[in-house]
Amino acid sequence: MMKINIGQYVVGDSVMHKSDPRTKIILTFVFLAVVLLIDSFIGFGICLAFVAFTVINSGISIRSALRGMKPIFFLLLITVTLNLFTIPGKSLISFWVFNITDQGVIVSLKTALRLLLLVSGASILTFVTTPTVLTDGIETLMSPLKRIKVPVHEFAMMMTIALRFIPTLLEESDKIIKAQSARGADFDTGNLFKRVKAYVPIIIPLLFGSFMRANELATAMEARCYKGGEGRTRMKVLAFSKNDVIVVFAFLILVAVEIVLRVYGKALI
Amino acid sequence: MSVKFEKVTYIYDNGTSNSFRALKEISLSIKTGEFFAIIGHSGSGKSTLIQLINGLLKPTMGKVFVNGLDTSAKDLKALRKTVGMVFQYPEHQLFDETVYDDIAFGVRKMGLHEVDVKERVYATIKLLGIPESLLTHSPFEISGGQKRRVAMAGVIVMNPDILVLDEPAAGLDPSGKKEMFKLIQKLNKQMGLTIVMVSHNMEDVALVADRIAVLVEGEIILSGAPAEVYSDQERLRKIHLDVPEITSFMNLVMERTGQPNHTFLSVAEAKQAIVDRLKPPASESESGGEMP
Repeated sequence: MMKINIGQYVVGDSVMHKSDPRTKIILTFVFLAVVLLIDSFIGFGICLAFVAFTVINSGISIRSALRGMKPIFFLLLITVTLNLFTIPGKSLISFWVFNITDQGVIVSLKTALRLLLLVSGASILTFVTTPTVLTDGIETLMSPLKRIKVPVHEFAMMMTIALRFIPTLLEESDKIIKAQSARGADFDTGNLFKRVKAYVPIIIPLLFGSFMRANELATAMEARCYKGGEGRTRMKVLAFSKNDVIVVFAFLILVAVEIVLRVYGKALI
Repeated sequence: MSVKFEKVTYIYDNGTSNSFRALKEISLSIKTGEFFAIIGHSGSGKSTLIQLINGLLKPTMGKVFVNGLDTSAKDLKALRKTVGMVFQYPEHQLFDETVYDDIAFGVRKMGLHEVDVKERVYATIKLLGIPESLLTHSPFEISGGQKRRVAMAGVIVMNPDILVLDEPAAGLDPSGKKEMFKLIQKLNKQMGLTIVMVSHNMEDVALVADRIAVLVEGEIILSGAPAEVYSDQERLRKIHLDVPEITSFMNLVMERTGQPNHTFLSVAEAKQAIVDRLKPPASESESGGEMP
């Protein structure tokens, strides 16, 4: 009955949704590199417009996109304040020990924009890709590492299973919390030590259940002849499509524009 | 009146885009000492309804009263003491080192002296038929059926007036199921506990419940004594709830033989009726007549 969203995947049918996870992962890294390379406000403006366009085009509501920014709000606030008051330059406003300079304003604004773009770029990836597909993409991208005996498939399988069981665990902890509070358990009063101790009746059944489930899952997997990655084929084979071409093309334009701006656009601040 | 729902509506995630109306203007009252069963398919709102009884959920609209206490109140200590809650698969809540400690968890939380705790634990296990030798075991190493009893003991030990059970027989084998219902009936009849039991199985509740409410998509569409509810077969079939096998069998028999309508709930009752019917009018025979 409880509805839980894992990650922040938004169901959709956009070009971004339909393109291959490998494309999206690589392009996300490219995007992050581009964001670090930008140094003019025009460059930031173009990049921001690009992100906004992608968000709207993928059918992600602006509200949920902004909600994704919440965790970095404090980080943003601290960086901006620090930059604002510490960077030397021509003084604009000064009172008591504080001194705000023109450079301070410019640098803090740019830092804020950069942080914002970095986080939004990374979160778009999770907005348009389900966790399972994402894991698949990572596994394929990492598969060269198998040569040097890195158990890539096993790691990916572990990740998939972990993701799969997050909702189950949440549901179960919700149930156990309810059951124990019905027996008079109290989680909200007392000092820190008492409160931590109050969670023992939750954690132990949860752990016990997880071990039981892991054991059952392992048996079920073995019963279906699972024996690791070797010789294993996929039901859904990852394949590039027209959508990938479109996405890559759009990104190439962005990269080209930003590089040109970086090289020739010094005069534009 | 021990439990009273007044036009209760419950909405999950109220105000968000994926809000879900689980209960729609439910009004019901459960009398003290009654055995009340709530029947419905999964997703019908059964679990939501029982969680409203002890304040784990608060009604979005309307009011719930338990022994006169409003469940939307801030302090729920008194309410929690009044209502014992046995969730589905209660054995998943076991956690302590020994069976004894696990059963004692709730009463210790109530701040009882250890002597009284011990007294209560022993009284409870006697009532539930848990052998004393089990008390020193870890709750994780006993059998499934025992685990369920121990988990139930952990609730009953708190001496609630009202016991709420969510599918108490789920996952038990037929004999375990029978024992479980016998136990619940005993708690109801001997200890005078008001029972609110949730089930999806008509057959299970037919014989034990005093009153039944049928819940479909958050609304009570039928309620009354089992015989009343089961007599409305047409309606029940429409919502895909089956009447007990013996009831529908006897209905068929009565239809064929042109008997007056009667709703049979137990095999014993049906057997008696058949035997009576087959008895030859002249009562000199002892064999009960020839079987057709």
